[in-house]
Amino acid sequence: MKTILFLIQKEFRQIFRDKAILVITFVVPTIQFLLLPFAANYEVKNVNLSVVDHDRSDMSQELISKVTGSGYFKLVSYDESYDQAYKNIESDASDVVLEIPKGFEKNLIKEDHEELFVAVNAINGSKAGLGSSYLLQIISNYNNDIRVETGSSSGNVAPQIDVASSNWFNIHMNYKLYFVPGILALLVTLVGGFQTALNIVKEKEIGTIEQINVTPIKKHHFIIAKLLPFWVLANVVFTVGLFLAWLVYGITSEGNVFVMYTFIALYLFVALGFGLLVSTFCETQQQAMLIMFFFMLIFILLGGLFTPIDSMPAWAKTVSRFNPMRYLVEVMRMVMLKGSSLHNILPHFAIVLGLGIFLNGWAVLNYRKTN
Amino acid sequence: MKEIVIQTEKLSKIFGDFHAVDGISFEVYKGEIFGFLGANGAGKTTAMRMLCGLSHPTSGKAMVAGFDVFKQTEKIKKNIGYMSQKFSLYDDLTILENLELFGGIYGMSRKEIREKSQSLIEKLGLENESKKLVGSLPLGWKQKLAFSVSIFHEPKIVFLDEPTGGVDPVTRRQFWDLIYDAAHRGITVFVTTHYMDEAEYCNRISMMVDGRIEALGSPSELKAQFHTDNMDEVFYQLARAAKRSDS
Repeated sequence: MKTILFLIQKEFRQIFRDKAILVITFVVPTIQFLLLPFAANYEVKNVNLSVVDHDRSDMSQELISKVTGSGYFKLVSYDESYDQAYKNIESDASDVVLEIPKGFEKNLIKEDHEELFVAVNAINGSKAGLGSSYLLQIISNYNNDIRVETGSSSGNVAPQIDVASSNWFNIHMNYKLYFVPGILALLVTLVGGFQTALNIVKEKEIGTIEQINVTPIKKHHFIIAKLLPFWVLANVVFTVGLFLAWLVYGITSEGNVFVMYTFIALYLFVALGFGLLVSTFCETQQQAMLIMFFFMLIFILLGGLFTPIDSMPAWAKTVSRFNPMRYLVEVMRMVMLKGSSLHNILPHFAIVLGLGIFLNGWAVLNYRKTN
Repeated sequence: MKEIVIQTEKLSKIFGDFHAVDGISFEVYKGEIFGFLGANGAGKTTAMRMLCGLSHPTSGKAMVAGFDVFKQTEKIKKNIGYMSQKFSLYDDLTILENLELFGGIYGMSRKEIREKSQSLIEKLGLENESKKLVGSLPLGWKQKLAFSVSIFHEPKIVFLDEPTGGVDPVTRRQFWDLIYDAAHRGITVFVTTHYMDEAEYCNRISMMVDGRIEALGSPSELKAQFHTDNMDEVFYQLARAAKRSDS
C-alpha cells in the first residue's frame, strides 16, 4: 500500500508540473463549455426567404407579413417570377421560396380553396426541414384566421383538430437545457479518456516505463496510480461544469447532484479504463491519439448527444448499447431535467459497471511487465 | 567455492525464425564485474532483458539471484537493479524526487530514503542540483545518477546496458569508479559495452557473436587465447566472423 502512495505522488507532481496539461484539462473545456452550447443549436432562425407574389392583394401581403414577422425568416428577395427566385436558391442566397399564385385572394374567398407553392433548398437538411415546417405552420395559422374572419362562403366551417401540446421537463423547449448536460458529459469523457491514454503511452515513448517494468512494482498499483489523478481531475472538471451551467446558463439540477456524482464516479472508471486499454495497444502518442479520436467520434455520434438514438437504424442502436457515453448523456439529462433518483438510473449503473469491469479487466490483462 | 548469482543454460530467444539469442550458457559469480561484449545486433540487450525479467525466454534455463527467469520474474526484479541504454529516469522530476520514487517502489521507508539520498548527493557532489529537474542536467551527470538510482535499493545484481554511451572519457572514468565502488560493496555488476578499454576493467568478459557466446574468460585469458596484447584485436577477430549486423 505504501508503494502506491509514492506512485500517486509522482503522477500528481508530473501533472502539476506540466502547464500545458493543466491548460488542456481546465481552460480548454471551460472555453468549449462556454461557447459550444450557443453554437450547437437546434432552433433555426434566419431562414432566407424569397417571395414570388403574383397576386399582390391585401391577403397575400398579409400572409407575407405574418411570415416575415414570425422571426424565423429573413426576406432576402421579392421576385417577379419563380425562375428568378429559383436562381437565388441555386446561388445559395435563399433557402425557401414561397410562391403565391395569381388570384389568391379571389379564389380563397370565392372558391374557398387555394394552393400555395413552397420550394425548399434541401442541401442544409435540418434548416430546410425546420424552415418549411415553420412556414407551413404559419400558413395554416393564417388559414384558420381567415376562416374565422370571413366565415366560409359555403356556410359551414370544416371541423378542425387543434392539438395543444406541452413540453414536459423542458417547458420552453430551451435547447441549452438539453445540450449543456450532454456537452458536460462529452468534456468529462474527453479529459479522462484521452489523458489517461496519452499519459501511459508517453512513458512508453520516452522509455521510463522500462525502468518501472524492471521493478517489483505490482501491476494494479501502477495502474491505479495512473488512473486516480485523472479520475480526480475529471471530477473537478465536472464540478466546474456544473457551476458554469448554473452561472452562465442558469441551469440547476432538478435531481440530487450527489446522484450525478455517484454515477460520474463509476462512469469515469469506464472512460479511464478505455484510455488505459488503448494505451496498452499503442507504442506512440500519435497512434493513441488517432485511435482515441476514432472511438470518440463514434461515442459522440452514437451517444444521443446530437441526434436521438431512437431514430437511428437498428445496427446503430445496437452499437450504441455498448457506448458508455450514451449512458452518461442519458443519466445527466434524466437527473438534471427530470430529477430522476438513484433508483431510476439503476439499470444505467448496472450496464456501466459491466462495461467498466470488461474494459479495465482487458486492459490489466493486456498490460504486461514482461514481453 | 565462488557463489553463483547468474546461471544460464542454452538460453534462447527466437523472434519468428530469427535467433536473437541462440543458446547461451554462462555463469556469473557474486561480487564480480562481468563484461558482456559484442557487436551491434549480436543479441546483448535481448539476453540482458531476459535476465532482468523484461522479456520471456523462448527456451533454455536461467537462474538470476536464485530465481527462475521463466516463472519468478517478479522475485528477480526485487533483487536486481537495471540501467537501460536509453536514459529512463523522469526528466520532469527532480533528483530527490526520482530517488524518492524508486526508493519507495522498492519498499524503502521515507526516513531511509531521506538519509540515503543525502549521502548519495554529497558523494556525487550534486548538493546544488538536488532540487533541479533531472532533464536540465548534462548527460554525464544523468548517467551517474541513473546508475546510482539503479543501486539505490542495494540490489544483489545490477545490469547496465551500455551505461557510458556518448559520455566523455573523464566522466567515463568517474563512472567506472562508481562501478568499482558498488562491486566492493558486494553488488555483482553485469555490464554491456562497446568500449574495449572498459572491457579491461572487467573481471571476466564474454564475447557475443550472432546470438552465441564465442569466447569467455578474463581479459588476459582472452588476449592469450587470441595471441594478441589488446582487447581491440580480440574483438576484431571475433566480430569479423559475424554474419549479421544492424549497422
